[in-house]
Amino acid sequence: MPSAVGALSATATVITLWCVVGFLAMAFMAVAACVLCRLRDPLPIVSSPDVSSLANGAQPQHNGTPFIYGLCAFVSLLILAAALASLLSGAGGGEVVLPLGLPFVGAHFRIDSLAAFFLIVVNLGGFGASLYGIGYGRHEHEPARVLPFFPAFLAGMNLVVMAHDAFTFLFAWELMSLASWALVMAHHRQPGNARAGFVYLVMAVLGTLMLFLTFGLLAGTVGDYSFSAIRAHPVSTPLAGAVLGLALLGTGSKAGLVPLHVWLPLAHPAAPSHVSALMSGVMTKVAIYAFIRLVFDLLGPPDWWWGMPVMALGAATAVLGILYAMEETDLKGILAYSTIENIGVIFVGLGLALAFKANALPVAAALALTAGLFHIFNHALFKSVLFFGAGAVLTATGLRRLDLLGGLIHRLPVTAPLFLAACLAISALPPLNGFASEWLIFQSILLSPQLPQWGMKLLVPTVGALLALAAALAAACFVRVFGIVFLGRPRSAVASEAREVDRWSLGAMTGGVGLCLLAGILPGVFIDGMAPAVAALIGARMPPQTSLQWLSIVPVAESRSSYNGLLVFLFSALSAGLAAWAIRRFGSHVTRRAPVWDCGFPDPSPVTQYSAASFAQPIRRVFGGLVFGARERVEMPAPGDLAAAKISVTRHDFIWEGIYEPVTRMVLLAASVFDRTQALTIRHYLGFVFLALIGLLMVPALWS
Amino acid sequence: MHGLSFDIAHLLAGGLVLTSFMLLYQDRLYALLNVFALQAFVLFLSVAWQAYAQGAPHLYVTAAIALVLKAIVIPGALHRIVARLGIHREVETIGGIGLTMLAGIGLVALSMVVILRATPAAAPLAREDLALSLSVVLLGLLMMVTRRNAVSQVVGFMSMENGLILAGTGAQGMPLVVEISIAFSVLIAFIVIGIFLFQIRERFDTVDSRVLDTFRGERS
Repeated sequence: MPSAVGALSATATVITLWCVVGFLAMAFMAVAACVLCRLRDPLPIVSSPDVSSLANGAQPQHNGTPFIYGLCAFVSLLILAAALASLLSGAGGGEVVLPLGLPFVGAHFRIDSLAAFFLIVVNLGGFGASLYGIGYGRHEHEPARVLPFFPAFLAGMNLVVMAHDAFTFLFAWELMSLASWALVMAHHRQPGNARAGFVYLVMAVLGTLMLFLTFGLLAGTVGDYSFSAIRAHPVSTPLAGAVLGLALLGTGSKAGLVPLHVWLPLAHPAAPSHVSALMSGVMTKVAIYAFIRLVFDLLGPPDWWWGMPVMALGAATAVLGILYAMEETDLKGILAYSTIENIGVIFVGLGLALAFKANALPVAAALALTAGLFHIFNHALFKSVLFFGAGAVLTATGLRRLDLLGGLIHRLPVTAPLFLAACLAISALPPLNGFASEWLIFQSILLSPQLPQWGMKLLVPTVGALLALAAALAAACFVRVFGIVFLGRPRSAVASEAREVDRWSLGAMTGGVGLCLLAGILPGVFIDGMAPAVAALIGARMPPQTSLQWLSIVPVAESRSSYNGLLVFLFSALSAGLAAWAIRRFGSHVTRRAPVWDCGFPDPSPVTQYSAASFAQPIRRVFGGLVFGARERVEMPAPGDLAAAKISVTRHDFIWEGIYEPVTRMVLLAASVFDRTQALTIRHYLGFVFLALIGLLMVPALWS
Repeated sequence: MHGLSFDIAHLLAGGLVLTSFMLLYQDRLYALLNVFALQAFVLFLSVAWQAYAQGAPHLYVTAAIALVLKAIVIPGALHRIVARLGIHREVETIGGIGLTMLAGIGLVALSMVVILRATPAAAPLAREDLALSLSVVLLGLLMMVTRRNAVSQVVGFMSMENGLILAGTGAQGMPLVVEISIAFSVLIAFIVIGIFLFQIRERFDTVDSRVLDTFRGERS
């Protein structure tokens, strides 16, 4: 019944559009509510609300906050259900054209299987963040700076995924950028946030400019900017390479590909934590959606070399992202850098899929793309939980610096295991979901000997080695995060008096961890769910997994590899339970009192513990010299001198110093040069007009 | 259109370009104004011939406007301004007259190449008219750029407008509104620039626009 299926999919589009309208209505409602509140009892203007006042001390009451977030959660759930139904029913997608935007062109919307998958990712993240916001938003001092933009941000991300012509797409993309920029600037008086907002704005403008050029090249001289028309007229080969480069720049600047990542570790931590979760977990994925849509869908059949830049950039992003994360000492900053790493992993999967697709290896391409999409889903889950956890730490202590935290496992007994579970998932440890998707990516890397080109044969194993390095470093990074924040002794008075956060926050985290576990134990179900999206882009799909025995997944063939998350989970749960039982049963019950291990220093001061910097030192010694130009300097006092010894580390950010600072200097230089043209005589300006006119007339005279 | 009327239209349009070159060549203000009146008269003849040849009576209105305003009123007014203000009677040029004339020849060649290549499908008269009128516009702009004296800049501006009117009448079926609006814009520009000249004169005792730059503190 194709007509009935098409009708169902158009229904999903219409429902989602109404939900987006709902989001926008909520944004206006929030503005109105805030204005009314301000009129009724004008708030005292807080001159500089520092972070520590976010802690348990003052809890301003805002009755509108739970209402808005609750509605957001409800609407996200609606879109989630519609998208899920659309994906599972496998409908091809009916197009809805609204008479908005450009006259006589209208706004095209369509939910195909790829869009449906990304709608699920967006709204799952949106639902979690809204739920978390019900609790977390109570601590917000200026809710008027967050509440109106949060639903608008969700609306923008949903619209980007649904848009089916270039104008609507770019409009939604800008809506998403601007709403998230406003959220980044929510606490604009805190030091550094204004700079973060500025850098983010510049990079967002750059990315949108690149996307404009991309769509201009794609539409060519046909002039029809709807995606169906672009798809019907594929661009020629040399232009397609340019489009690929522009698409990489445009979407990579939003996703955080090195070297376009500079805004991400500044902007993501600056936003309120549930917004950080959305930006890191979801908005970067929307950027990847744009890349997939452009390169896999609109650009036509790939050339063999397209995978190379994508993979190389992805691998560099993964390794550099996680090395930066090792060096970072801000909790949310570490999470943001780790997002960069995961984006790199996903791009490696996409690059492999491109390479396999170009070489007519559809099954391998389907495996690589499925791995990429699965990692997108997984990263959205566990990165959201991690940011929620960081937000819980922030609520409980008001602190983000690792060196002031510690021992929170006693003070936050529910948050700590949830955060630990998310750390395990992002470190790709079985039986959680991070392992399943990274394992699939490595499986597709192992298929690379099938590629005929020597460049690929050499590049892919290198990329695989870099990914393995990144995965190992990610584990080290999250051991460091959890160990410094939750274990050991508190490093500050605030950390020792932290209190557990509210139930909404804990509920959002619990739900996320539950889904992580589910996706890790039953990856086959998720892989089969994504199959329609993969089949639409590649023309093939992975073999169906849910029908296999024991719920294991077999990406290629049973003889090559298989993974069974359920068995691993049962085995690890059973063996751990047995070990715990045996230790309790057979161990000594006598209570012993002994001094805690003190690192060789009997001083009880928490400063004698490992610090965040000291934990990162071994890795800095291995990679820091090469990647950061790091130098350690030790000042030992002369014998007999009682002064303290000092160690200081200097680091360089080569990307910032090598790319962004010269560009900044050039912009300033150009500004000072062009400044002279601001005060010429009328005759000079007339001369400029004259020369410009002559120049333009020379074009048709010399051309043709 | 038969051969003779085409030739006459061509001749008159070419005459307009010729008067533009004559404008470029003048180095005395009164002579400049006289040549400008001559150009306006040639424009009047050209437009009137177009009106007759195309059988478009509304173009006679345009021709009349050109004759009355541009050939009589504006040159007369500028004569009075120059006389009353006691303006220095020499035209100060930049780059020398010969060089300017050479540049003007290049501009005419350029506009011929551009227009004749861009409009192979149009009627031959419209093609020639467009090419010649673009030459007149460019020569007017060249004059504005290469003259220091404000009066000669005004003249350059208005010879540009002459070129525009030639283009507007050469294309068949252009409604009268366009020509009237062009004529009025010229009138308004003349009024504004006239007032502007008086202002400059009162302030600085000269109409050399370099004085403005000195006043702004950019040159000593």
